Amino acid sequence: MTFKDATAIVGIGQTPFAKNLEDDERTLACRAVLAALDDAGIAPGEVDALASYTMEETDEVELAKAVGFGDLTFFSKVGYGGGGSCATVAHLAAAIAAGQATVGVAWRSRKRGSGPRPWKNTTVQLPTPAQWTRPFGLLRPADEIAMLTRRYMHEYGATRDHLFNVALACRNRANQNPAAIMYERPLTREMYMTSRWISEPLCLFDNCLETDGALACVVVGRERARDCRRRPVYVHSAAQGLPAQHHGMVNYWNDDPLTGPAWTAARHLWKHADFTPQDVDVAQIYDAFTALIPLSLEGYGFCGRGEGGAFTEQGALETGGRLPINTGGGGLSEAYVHGFNLINEGVRQLRGTSTAQVPDAGTCLVTAGEGVPTSALLLTNRS
Amino acid sequence: MLDPVKDTDGAPFWRYAAEGELRVQACADCGELRFPPRPCCPHCQSFAAEWRPVSGRGRVWSYVVPHPPLLPDYAAQAPYNVIVVELEEAPRIRLVGNLVAEAGARLDSVAVERIRIGAKVRVVFAGGLPQWVSA
Repeated sequence: MTFKDATAIVGIGQTPFAKNLEDDERTLACRAVLAALDDAGIAPGEVDALASYTMEETDEVELAKAVGFGDLTFFSKVGYGGGGSCATVAHLAAAIAAGQATVGVAWRSRKRGSGPRPWKNTTVQLPTPAQWTRPFGLLRPADEIAMLTRRYMHEYGATRDHLFNVALACRNRANQNPAAIMYERPLTREMYMTSRWISEPLCLFDNCLETDGALACVVVGRERARDCRRRPVYVHSAAQGLPAQHHGMVNYWNDDPLTGPAWTAARHLWKHADFTPQDVDVAQIYDAFTALIPLSLEGYGFCGRGEGGAFTEQGALETGGRLPINTGGGGLSEAYVHGFNLINEGVRQLRGTSTAQVPDAGTCLVTAGEGVPTSALLLTNRS
Repeated sequence: MLDPVKDTDGAPFWRYAAEGELRVQACADCGELRFPPRPCCPHCQSFAAEWRPVSGRGRVWSYVVPHPPLLPDYAAQAPYNVIVVELEEAPRIRLVGNLVAEAGARLDSVAVERIRIGAKVRVVFAGGLPQWVSA
């Protein structure tokens, strides 16, 4: 049994994205899943595997009975919020390659735009590590990542302009994508530099959107993929990553806090791939915060340690640059749905149907959240 | 303000802090310091632990300045600082805290412009919580 290119993503679906959608999360999940199956040309009754996030509120039973799935023989949920995005596809791919299932659906539905901010919950605190951080006013994910960002800037000379380069690339792509929340709202350096702080050194535009929406994709074996409606996008390599002595977003308690889960996932990802970072045509890199991009660029091997800030210079992340990223606008400017929109955009690029299409894109890296136990996918349309 | 939601492993830290003492969990067999506290030693797998007094001196490793939206008690003091301190004895033992003008002072009692990575600090205690002042 081999994992490489054994499975493919053959359907993608999504709801509209907005600050406030009328449908509840369960309804949104159903809409996205049915859209993805329709895109693939596969009937709901054929689905026998599911994968989602532990934070997903719509469980398998609710989804299966609503949309009319068949008998399920594999279902899996991945932890750590946005760190689980790519792992949902990876779990389905592994299950299908191993013969445990034949048609898998991964999904995420979330009303983070109109719903509550998780950090405001003071009754359900995880005792570890919250007892070591929250009493002191380190309350939000933005605060936790800002702490690592400040240290990163201090150690390597990365600047706010580097973070702006990330925010701008995502916004420019969103300005080309009618589905993006920020479709008609350009960003300027002036706006960025004068915006309000959220947690210094991170400003408003360093933070992702708060979005209502749902997305889904369909994974099948390579033989079946050839009979589907769309061009198959093969799962070439996949990995999860939880480094030794890692502590999540408050990764302050080991020898090297600036080397995170991306490094661990990347080692496995490239070990099992037929191509290298230099061969990646386009990347969808998890961007809950701009600072995760330079860290991920280093972790996944696009540049050396400490070079992630400088890598963003001279339009490297823009269309026509060295590595176009987040071509639908990403979490910063398309929608923040725990990174699932990055998976679907990766598929669009390899179908040739992105609103910011990289000419002849043949390979795409998709990553889940850096700074938490993570996951990543190498996708290709050549097999 | 949020009180620490203590777990079994962390409780001794807070008990010593309430007595004005900074102690860090260490392996009673191999001697390795570890933070946050946990049931066994990741180096030698021993379940024997002790709580070792440390000098309470360290350096600012990083810091942030949160602005609203925040929980109400914190928003009332924003913008304030949160620092990570690396301990003199063991630089990879790092504690999250606040740099304040004196023990018990508000979280915004030190001007943000005065905070530097690498600055020397020492621990003080107020209401069972460690805080940090310039050393």
